[in-house]
Amino acid sequence: MDLDFTSEQGILRDSAARFLANECPYDRVKQLEETAEGYDPALWQKVAELGWTGLPFPEEYGGYGSTFLDLVIIEEQIGKFVFPSPFFSTVVQCGFAILEGGTEEQKADLLARISEGSLIMALAHYDEDGSFAPELINMTAKPEGEGYVLNGTKCIVMDANIAHKLLVAAKAGNAGLSLFIVDTDAPGLTVTKIPTVGKDNTCVVEFKNVKVPKEAILGTPGNGVAVLEKMYAKAAVCRCAEMVGGCKVSIDMTADYAKQREQYGRPIGGYQAIQHYMANMLLAYDTSSNYLYRVACLVDEGQDFAIEAAALKAHVNQNFRFITERAVQIHGAIGTTREADIALFYRRVFTYEPSCGDTEYHYEKVAQNLLKGGAQLY
Amino acid sequence: MDFKLTAEQEAKKKEYDDFFREEMKKAPPIYLHGSSLEAFYASEEGWAFNEYMKKKLAEKGWATMAWPKEYGGQDAPLWQQLLFGESMAYHRAPGIDGFGNRMFGPTVMLYATEEQKKRILPPIARGEVQYCQGWSEPNAGSDLASLRTTAIRSGDYYVVNGQKTWTTGAHRADHMFMLARTDPQSKRNAGLSVFNVDMKLPGIEVRPIKYMDGAHIYNEVWLTDTKIHENERIGPEGEGWKLTRDTMNFERSGAGAFVHILRDLGDVVEYAKKTKRNGRLLSEDPLVRQKIARIYTDCQAGRTLAYKIAWLQEKGNLRFSPAAASESKVFSTELRQRLANVLLEMAGPFGQVEDGPWAPLGGGMIDTYQTCIGSNICAGSNEIQRNIIAWVGVGLPRFK
Repeated sequence: MDLDFTSEQGILRDSAARFLANECPYDRVKQLEETAEGYDPALWQKVAELGWTGLPFPEEYGGYGSTFLDLVIIEEQIGKFVFPSPFFSTVVQCGFAILEGGTEEQKADLLARISEGSLIMALAHYDEDGSFAPELINMTAKPEGEGYVLNGTKCIVMDANIAHKLLVAAKAGNAGLSLFIVDTDAPGLTVTKIPTVGKDNTCVVEFKNVKVPKEAILGTPGNGVAVLEKMYAKAAVCRCAEMVGGCKVSIDMTADYAKQREQYGRPIGGYQAIQHYMANMLLAYDTSSNYLYRVACLVDEGQDFAIEAAALKAHVNQNFRFITERAVQIHGAIGTTREADIALFYRRVFTYEPSCGDTEYHYEKVAQNLLKGGAQLY
Repeated sequence: MDFKLTAEQEAKKKEYDDFFREEMKKAPPIYLHGSSLEAFYASEEGWAFNEYMKKKLAEKGWATMAWPKEYGGQDAPLWQQLLFGESMAYHRAPGIDGFGNRMFGPTVMLYATEEQKKRILPPIARGEVQYCQGWSEPNAGSDLASLRTTAIRSGDYYVVNGQKTWTTGAHRADHMFMLARTDPQSKRNAGLSVFNVDMKLPGIEVRPIKYMDGAHIYNEVWLTDTKIHENERIGPEGEGWKLTRDTMNFERSGAGAFVHILRDLGDVVEYAKKTKRNGRLLSEDPLVRQKIARIYTDCQAGRTLAYKIAWLQEKGNLRFSPAAASESKVFSTELRQRLANVLLEMAGPFGQVEDGPWAPLGGGMIDTYQTCIGSNICAGSNEIQRNIIAWVGVGLPRFK
């Protein structure tokens, strides 16, 4: 047992924090929120040069072969700075899906390009009904000649507007759910960015007779559910890392404010109403962050972490919502303005909450495991 | 960073588990379901088993494993105490006098004279004595420093007058560590001193306070002209508050609480799997499923927090651990209450039944429902704990 970061991990964390503080402070985040691209391509290149985009991939595919905990450390910093970039869609969602399910050629080609920062990818998961469970996806690619034809609508696709390629979840005829690698400039494919509370690159993608060769399938036809579940277990932990980072900043900002802001001649942080809110916030953060590191360590130890990842996501979902909401409340009226940074986090509650499965979805997974007697109770 | 147990740690854990699994076969039924406080203090057979286990644990040297060898301990690292605490909690085993082992003993080690250490500590390590805690008074609860019990010096003795209350297990105790006012002119936390009080001294009277369910756990302790020798004063006269602040931090480390709740959750899950209500098994009710999943999740998250506290204590990081220990106390006690509520909601009209064939889980959860609210209040109410978290953990100002 060693519950401290190594000195290398500490350096990684501190240098990532310094980089983002210099390159993308909150004012810049708010500027980028107003742009059509929703990110800064030059900054994305710098991120790639730092090696973040290749962090979790083996060296043989052009990555850096870092530990999962290293990725979590970076994600925590990304969450602290609400860094607008295709990191989550490209590196985490598509990267892990390709790593889990791709052929050797696909991994060598796509992961190398993701690592060098030249390829942006987006995951087209949700059908129009917005169901998360992969086995409920209904969109079907019709076999035609040597390939398939895609028709239908995919919703809430992150970063499709800036992506070169999509991973599209659809049934390959009778072969079951598969992931299709589709160029975003394919004829018949249209991308529309839609307005969201996170002011991010959330899109709807429509497919009208989009033709793809059979080589467009990631790995084997029918592997879609398994690949998505494996990817999402890791991606959920990464999302939690972003939220845990956001929780930490929200508490720090709010504590600073409560110490400075005076009413009735005293700092409001001295009043017990505020103190008990903040005590609950710190408690919620501390359980979340310690649990996050424990689950990240399970991943690196090669243990079965799917249930703990589900429990973590449900736990952190609720604590992120609680902490960011109290944080705005304690800031008072100023916290509700566009100018105030604290609202950046409050606004992302419903970006993160459904991402990689919402609270109810994950609790149901935990419950299934408990009821079948598979839970580690001690 | 890694959370993995070493081979040595795994071996220790197995040793503890094997021991408790065997010994608990001898436990009276009250230990199967009831809250531990009731099992220890309220019933004669429960207390007798506690005394039996105390001796067993003392023989193994486990009760005071983290103490230095010279005072009857094993110099064991805190992680070992954590694993031991988790195993003990999972098996619902008694046998630790928390007041002597975890609170007064460490305080004595820090502040007492060599003579006092040699006299007071070994009987605790050998499991021969039981302590109780003489802090709260009728008008000094959360505001402990306002206490009024006086200990006035007279030659080699102090003459004590006053009333202590909410004294857990005083009727089972041989000794009480007591905070009293040695300077009658003093106010607040100045002029207080700590004493090691023999409960058999003349002038001490223990009166039971029945808990809401009728159990005898708490007491009033009246002291009338009780003469205590100055050899029983721990630390300098008037410095009692300083000692007591340290004693409080020993009190709140509380590992094992989350595993105890997990064990109870296992019973709740079994109940859900075999109990039908509203035409289906409780385990098929989506609301029930969400609730039990949440308890499991919070236990595992809380457990990592407890590990972190042990880790920080081991490394001597005292600034962080008092706040984290308060967090653990708040989270575990309130989680226990939530678990009781979950089972009682599931049980419908049977939730209220305390004993007999109609009582779900042998009445354990309706018992917990009643005792857990006491845990939210005792050992520093959860409101006081939240103040500490805000002051020490968040760094918010403290108005005087």
